[in-house]
Amino acid sequence: MDGYSARRTLSVRLEMIRQLRRRRTAVALALVLALPIVVVLAVKFGPSAGGGGGGLADGDLDVFGLMATGPWNFALSGLLFTSAFLLVLLAAMFLGDTVASEASWSTLRYLLVAPVPRRRVLVVKLIVGLVSTVAVLLVLVLASFLLGWIAFGGEGLATPLGGELGAGESTTRLAIITGYIAVTLLVPAGVAFLASVSTDVPLGAVGAGVLVVVVANILDIIDALGPLRQLLPTNYASAWSDALGPTIVWGDMAVGLAYNVGVFAVLVGLAFLRFERKDILS
Amino acid sequence: MVRWGRAARATLGGIAAALVAAAMLAASPPARAQAAVEPATLEGAATSATDRTPVRLDADIYTPAVTPAPAILIAHGFGGSKESVVEEAQILADAGFVVLAYTARGFGRSTGLISMNAPEFEVADASALIDHLAGLDAVRKEASGDPVVGVAGGSYGGALALLLAGYDARVDAVAADITWNDLESSLFGQSMRGTRTPGVYKQLWSSVFFSAGLSSPPGRASTCGRFTPAWCAAYTGAATTGSVSPAMQALMRRSSPASVTDRITVPTLLGGGQADSLFPLQQVNANAEQIRAANRDTPVKVVWHAQGHDRGADESERLRGLTRSWFQQYLADGPAVPLDFEASLVAASAIDQDDSGTVEVLSSPRYPGLSGESEVPVTISGPPQQILAPAGGLPAALSSLPRIGSAGRGLSLLGQGVAPNQAARFVSEPIPEATRIVGAPRVSLTLSSDVARESAVFVGLRIQTAAGALVLPNGLVAPVNVKLGPAPRRVDVELPAIVTDVPAGDRLVVTVNTTDQAFRTPDAPAVYRVSLADPVLDLPEVNMTVSTQGIPLWAWPLVALGICVGVAIALRLLRPRVKGDTVRTELEDRPLVIEGLVKQFGKGVRAVAGVDITVPRGVVLGLLGPNGAGKTTTLRMAMGLIRPTEGSVFVFGERVTPGAAVLSRIGAFVEGPGFMPHLSGRENLDLYWRASGRAGDPCMDEVLEIAALGPSIDRKVRTYSQGMKQRLGIAQAMLGMPDILLLDEPTNGLDPPQIREMRRVVRAYAREGRTVILSSHLLGEVEQTCTDVVVMHRGLVVATGTVEELLAGRSGQHLEDVFMDLVGSDHMANAGPLAEGDH
Repeated sequence: MDGYSARRTLSVRLEMIRQLRRRRTAVALALVLALPIVVVLAVKFGPSAGGGGGGLADGDLDVFGLMATGPWNFALSGLLFTSAFLLVLLAAMFLGDTVASEASWSTLRYLLVAPVPRRRVLVVKLIVGLVSTVAVLLVLVLASFLLGWIAFGGEGLATPLGGELGAGESTTRLAIITGYIAVTLLVPAGVAFLASVSTDVPLGAVGAGVLVVVVANILDIIDALGPLRQLLPTNYASAWSDALGPTIVWGDMAVGLAYNVGVFAVLVGLAFLRFERKDILS
Repeated sequence: MVRWGRAARATLGGIAAALVAAAMLAASPPARAQAAVEPATLEGAATSATDRTPVRLDADIYTPAVTPAPAILIAHGFGGSKESVVEEAQILADAGFVVLAYTARGFGRSTGLISMNAPEFEVADASALIDHLAGLDAVRKEASGDPVVGVAGGSYGGALALLLAGYDARVDAVAADITWNDLESSLFGQSMRGTRTPGVYKQLWSSVFFSAGLSSPPGRASTCGRFTPAWCAAYTGAATTGSVSPAMQALMRRSSPASVTDRITVPTLLGGGQADSLFPLQQVNANAEQIRAANRDTPVKVVWHAQGHDRGADESERLRGLTRSWFQQYLADGPAVPLDFEASLVAASAIDQDDSGTVEVLSSPRYPGLSGESEVPVTISGPPQQILAPAGGLPAALSSLPRIGSAGRGLSLLGQGVAPNQAARFVSEPIPEATRIVGAPRVSLTLSSDVARESAVFVGLRIQTAAGALVLPNGLVAPVNVKLGPAPRRVDVELPAIVTDVPAGDRLVVTVNTTDQAFRTPDAPAVYRVSLADPVLDLPEVNMTVSTQGIPLWAWPLVALGICVGVAIALRLLRPRVKGDTVRTELEDRPLVIEGLVKQFGKGVRAVAGVDITVPRGVVLGLLGPNGAGKTTTLRMAMGLIRPTEGSVFVFGERVTPGAAVLSRIGAFVEGPGFMPHLSGRENLDLYWRASGRAGDPCMDEVLEIAALGPSIDRKVRTYSQGMKQRLGIAQAMLGMPDILLLDEPTNGLDPPQIREMRRVVRAYAREGRTVILSSHLLGEVEQTCTDVVVMHRGLVVATGTVEELLAGRSGQHLEDVFMDLVGSDHMANAGPLAEGDH
């Protein structure tokens, strides 16, 4: 048909170009770059510089005391600070904003009549959203790592259980933890993606993704829910700490992987079903 | 409102989906049969030696659906009450037992004072409760006054269960968990073999343990709380001096199952916790060996689970199931429970141990005791070392903390660095092959001290991983209390019993510390000299088979993959299908044919109620109609944006479905422009063309000329006026000069000269055999631009024809007059079923 081919429509590369120059992309990157800088400055020159101290809600890991001991620990602490909320927010943003923002710009209908097949729109948007999320995560880790190296020297990963790991082992551990944290972002990302095909308000979709994690955190505090809490994504959010022990224990991370990937697949499946049958009124 | 409603539903849908997916991963709890629960206040034994009035015990009696049934007495842990065993009681009641759960004397609402399971008080109380059970119709009996009864409990309740079995012959089966065999060796830890010297006072645990009985209403504290004067005095003495008095020794002996184990002949299930620094595995081992020694034929099953007073990994579900099966076999002729030895292997050093996912259950047909079936000698070495026992016993190393096993273990290793001069280390070479330790390893040291005195050292077996980290399994250390002087003395140490895998390449490290926060150590400073009496560490090994709990590790990624594949298959099967022909060759040269098109939103009125339109080639068709006539809905269906309820749309003979390839022959401008605000007009057009999947010439220059944006074309769209966006939108529709141009209200926001220019462009566009479909409410505009007209009203086509045809016989009149005649004046009052454009 005039040389039309569905395969030549909206490609991942093209979608990248379309999204990359958006202000939110720049803000997200600036945020994850600024964070380690601020922390380095705080640790080096802050009022309590040199003192360990500080405590975390979980109370189990004294990461503040350990973070200034080398690039691996510093990068790890960066992940710890951001995984609970900032990374969730960014994942929800990159996935929740996908279809809803096109709808709000009114560009969605023009893409669909071009025609870009609906499945293709979703697949491309999903890939770009996930790649963006992973990219931001990697930037965070690498920036923290480099800054940590410059600021604190190249000491290996000190684990909360004592002992220090060599450079190779530390890097492996950091990679595993980064990978697992990426996996735990799948549930909020999936919820945001499903919401994105259902609303024309991008912020609403992003909010839905964040909301799920917030609600799960609240429910997780309620002991009375008992085993039902095993169904919450928060139950699997901290399993990466098992990669910090003297040996890596995979049990919880394996379950967490299955849970997050499984829930994500179901949510994305629902998003596809919904979007393919939806009347585009935006 | 509509948007938020949809978003909310999507969120709920998401949560529901998440729950569904998770439900596949988590086992659902079994449904429960209802057992009736009745509270009761029952009489126990005498309140004290002088006051013979019986204590009143607060109890709950659970009666199952079917009676008479065997009975089970459940005793709670120290500081608990009948409420703390509700779950256990419920499970047993559901399994068909009459359950009597009660609060021991001195706790909760029961009267009396705590006597630490003294035979004449707490044990006699339990006998009185058996008397009560014997009087219940719901309880099955062997003889008059002798019910079929088992007794179960953990910790304080576990000791009661064993003592009761020793004192009351009516008990038919016992399940005792994490309890003591000998109270003295539990509270005064002694890991030196072949000595009867009292051990090191376990001050942290003892204080936590006893404080549960010292509780009082706020602001009315007393020294003794609810303890009997004798126990109060004993505890106060121990806590003050750190040593044990003969009076206390006598009291503790009477409260220890060790005093009756030779009399226990009923089936006994003994649980011991690996994460237990209060009643370590040595205690359960002693109970098991003493009962066995008294009578080889007594059925005894020993379980070294991963729980304990230091919390550990949660195995409560498995253990409750085991207890239930135990009583079912021995009280209700249930299926046999194998008497094999079970030991839980917790995946080494998971920081978060709360989960049972990291537990494997090992099994061996015979209980091997603490020294295993065989011993593997491992050579360790290290020079003689001098270590400081600091003045005041501080700073002290931290091994385990009551009730916080995992953190305690982590801290213990951090604490290693606090005072390195207080610890000696003896290290092995890397282990050549993986070894599994099941039991208590042994090591022999030579100790001396610069001052002669009773000295305490804490010996630990740590695992140094290839990565360099040091792990102290379960945070357990072996306390040794020994008289030392300048003359070297050999000390054989039984290290804490553990179940752990040591991977090949790891080293074993024996550490000797002078302090531990959990224990009382001498206040005066001294320097000890430590060396190896024997350069050998004996590791107990047991040949055990593995039965993994739950799903093995490798299956989880497969589960994830399986769900993904399932979703992919579901999506493939659930592709939206189109009913009817997809190609109609006879319509091949008709740009647009609409047949019987109907659209109904929800249960509302039909926005489009049966529309037939045929558009010939080369025309400029005007689609007219008041607001809500269904024009836009029809156009959206023509482009596959909305799924028709009925009917079909063909473009050049091909059926229009969402994303149909034939749509590439349509250039569209619908309900206003849509551009990415952060990109320039030129970039927007360029990216749109590249996303459209069409080959050939986009005719960019011509199109840009039509947009007539001048240099603004390179500014961000965000800065454009409405009219500029409008022109850019029409230009976008013309990209590649498609065969059909579909324009919805194209002149909105344009000024008169631009409107005139647009008119020219549209007419010129149609001239080369291309077709333009244009909807508008500006009738004069349509009259001047279009060759053909379709008038819609209330979802129906009310007139079609060329402009000339519609104006035929109406000389001097305009399209407006025709339109008003067709539509009538009622459209002002009734704007139609759907307010279009309100999205």
